[in-house]
Amino acid sequence: MPDIVLAGGLVATAAGMVPADVRVSGTGVAAVGPDIDRERAEVVDCSGCWVGPGLVDPHVHLREPGQEWKEDIESGSRAAAAGGFTAVVAMPNTDPAIDAGHLARFVAERGRQVGLVEVVPAGCVTAGRSGQRLAHLDDLWAAGVRVFSDDGDGVADAGLLRRAMEYLGDLGGVVAQHAEDRGLAGGGQMHEGEISALLGLAGIPTAAEEVVVARDLAIARLTGGRYHVQHVSTAGTVALIRAAKAEGLAVTAEAAPHHLAFDHTAVRRTDPAFKMYPPLRAPEDVEAVRAALADGTIEMVGTDHAPHAAHEKDVPFEDAPRGVIGLETAVAAVLAAVDLGPHALFDRMAVAPARLAGLADHGRWVANGGPATLTVVDPAAEWTAERFHSRSANSPWRGQRLRGRARHVVLRGRFTLRDGVLQW
Amino acid sequence: MRHLLDIADLSPADLAGLLDDADGFVEVLARPIPKVPALRGKTVTTAFFEASTRTRLSFERAAKTLSADTMTFAPGTSSLSKGESLKDTVLTLQAMGSDLLVMRHQAVGAAERAAEWLSIPVVNGGDGAHQHPTQALLDALAIRRRFGTLEGLQIAIVGDIRHSRVARSDLLAFSKLGATVTLVAPRTLLPVTFADWPVRVSSSLDEVLPELDVVYLLRVQTERGGASVFPSLAEYTTRFGMTRERRSRLKRDAVVMHPGPMNRGVEIADEVADDPDALVLEQVSLGVAVRMAVLFRLLGGESDA
Repeated sequence: MPDIVLAGGLVATAAGMVPADVRVSGTGVAAVGPDIDRERAEVVDCSGCWVGPGLVDPHVHLREPGQEWKEDIESGSRAAAAGGFTAVVAMPNTDPAIDAGHLARFVAERGRQVGLVEVVPAGCVTAGRSGQRLAHLDDLWAAGVRVFSDDGDGVADAGLLRRAMEYLGDLGGVVAQHAEDRGLAGGGQMHEGEISALLGLAGIPTAAEEVVVARDLAIARLTGGRYHVQHVSTAGTVALIRAAKAEGLAVTAEAAPHHLAFDHTAVRRTDPAFKMYPPLRAPEDVEAVRAALADGTIEMVGTDHAPHAAHEKDVPFEDAPRGVIGLETAVAAVLAAVDLGPHALFDRMAVAPARLAGLADHGRWVANGGPATLTVVDPAAEWTAERFHSRSANSPWRGQRLRGRARHVVLRGRFTLRDGVLQW
Repeated sequence: MRHLLDIADLSPADLAGLLDDADGFVEVLARPIPKVPALRGKTVTTAFFEASTRTRLSFERAAKTLSADTMTFAPGTSSLSKGESLKDTVLTLQAMGSDLLVMRHQAVGAAERAAEWLSIPVVNGGDGAHQHPTQALLDALAIRRRFGTLEGLQIAIVGDIRHSRVARSDLLAFSKLGATVTLVAPRTLLPVTFADWPVRVSSSLDEVLPELDVVYLLRVQTERGGASVFPSLAEYTTRFGMTRERRSRLKRDAVVMHPGPMNRGVEIADEVADDPDALVLEQVSLGVAVRMAVLFRLLGGESDA
């Protein structure tokens, strides 16, 4: 295979964005600079684009095994590559749940067979996501799992969470928590506020998230363990994380594009495309989460890509399952919501999530000798979110005109996306 | 007006126009032969996915008085129990020749979704705790016929506001028509916030009682397990029940209303319910006229009848 030169873009290096060409040779970057050798190389135009490390999503649901009518690892990988991602962390709330090594190996192997993105399995904290006893954490670790989560539910039992964080502390793993107190969330359908009052829908107060994060931070302090807050949705949670970081706790956090883009007024017409947990919050929460992503208090974006089939979502709001897809719209949504600039965009969407998941070959600033796992973002591309590579189309951006998307994606030296077309 | 889904979608003029039409139909209903040919050849289908008798019967009586044919979808004995989706069910009812669907469903937004799926008009007969627009129209009509106008009236809605589609519909209709609405309930039965609502709030019925023109009592939903939101039915009655004693402290021309079915001895005492001045039964009879006005407005525009 000939070398590739990604020519004429603005390149995300450790020192910042620099105008440069990038020569890819084999699976690595062979040269970065303004006047590099273009001999015997395929020159790919990247003018007007940002060339950076391949995007990493720390939070997706690929539904395989068990719910392949919503998504599978193949369709999910296509969606991820089309969205500019080179690695995704697949949440373990499948059927069966990923609570042992052989199951995690299955997910990773299916991802390798498809070959469009690295599918990184997350493992359960508790066996079968039961919340009752610890999953086979060692076994999962040996299979390469670095992120542990009962996502979809939180780990409710504080004692069990403590033991998980102590045990994982020995290994170096991180607990990623879906922070939602069952008692406060109750049968809630959306953010508790004036829209839920108007609609007569049961509300989920911001406190449902905040009491769990506050408790968990105390456990992180107690154990010294690594703790990651998934899909931060409230201003109160942002304040808790900010204080915990100032104190020096090993805490990280992610924000979902839909929480950056929409507030609870989007639910006014009870369209199930806007139903997810945590729910879309008040405008002041949206502002706080945006500001936290901008200043790095929340250091990464996680889409919480959650596919549901059309017949499952084409029901009244109250009867609809929770969750929206997000892989293919993430770049445009983040660009529109937060004025990050290209370097911080790659930091929040590649470098920080790769660090969380312990991925050595992803999320590295572009450099001579580094991995040729790269995403080229065209920030000016205008497009309409109509057809999705995902098997499901439950997107709150469906039908909307968007700006910014991945133009090319290179995974270990090979194009997975070229000029917006999947390569496989 | 293509559908009737939510009082929020109606302007004060829309509301007043429907009430004017309903006044006319009250007169029709008083005739020796209460029947007009306005909707001859039209088919009105009622699909009540949540148990209800009075609202469904009221719609069917309204349709028949306008000479429309009626079809009744009964969920208990239907394809729903075979797992058919709501969407397929209502599409089937439309394909069978319905010209209008009246729908009640336990889920908020169900009628709105049906309106997206169908090409025929949809009337919301109640969706979860959200809206019950024809109830608000008939309540407004009852008040307007008693007082001549809602402008300037003091109206209290008392009871389980949080879970009540009647309260959500009424408060919008009453305030759009110029009344001042006060919600009276313990905190656990109120919505958490009122940011955009045109209402006042009180936790003491006794405080607001003397100034009221209308006391609108909501049914205590005992099947919801009242225990978790207030300590006991007796305690509710003590604080919020319309007892004979409280009735005596109302202004002389004030009226008591209730959407039914009543829990006598809980939110309303027998003597108050049976008082000839109470509007409770008049509400029921005006319901037919209001629903005639709605059906006529949504179906009568096409003059092929």
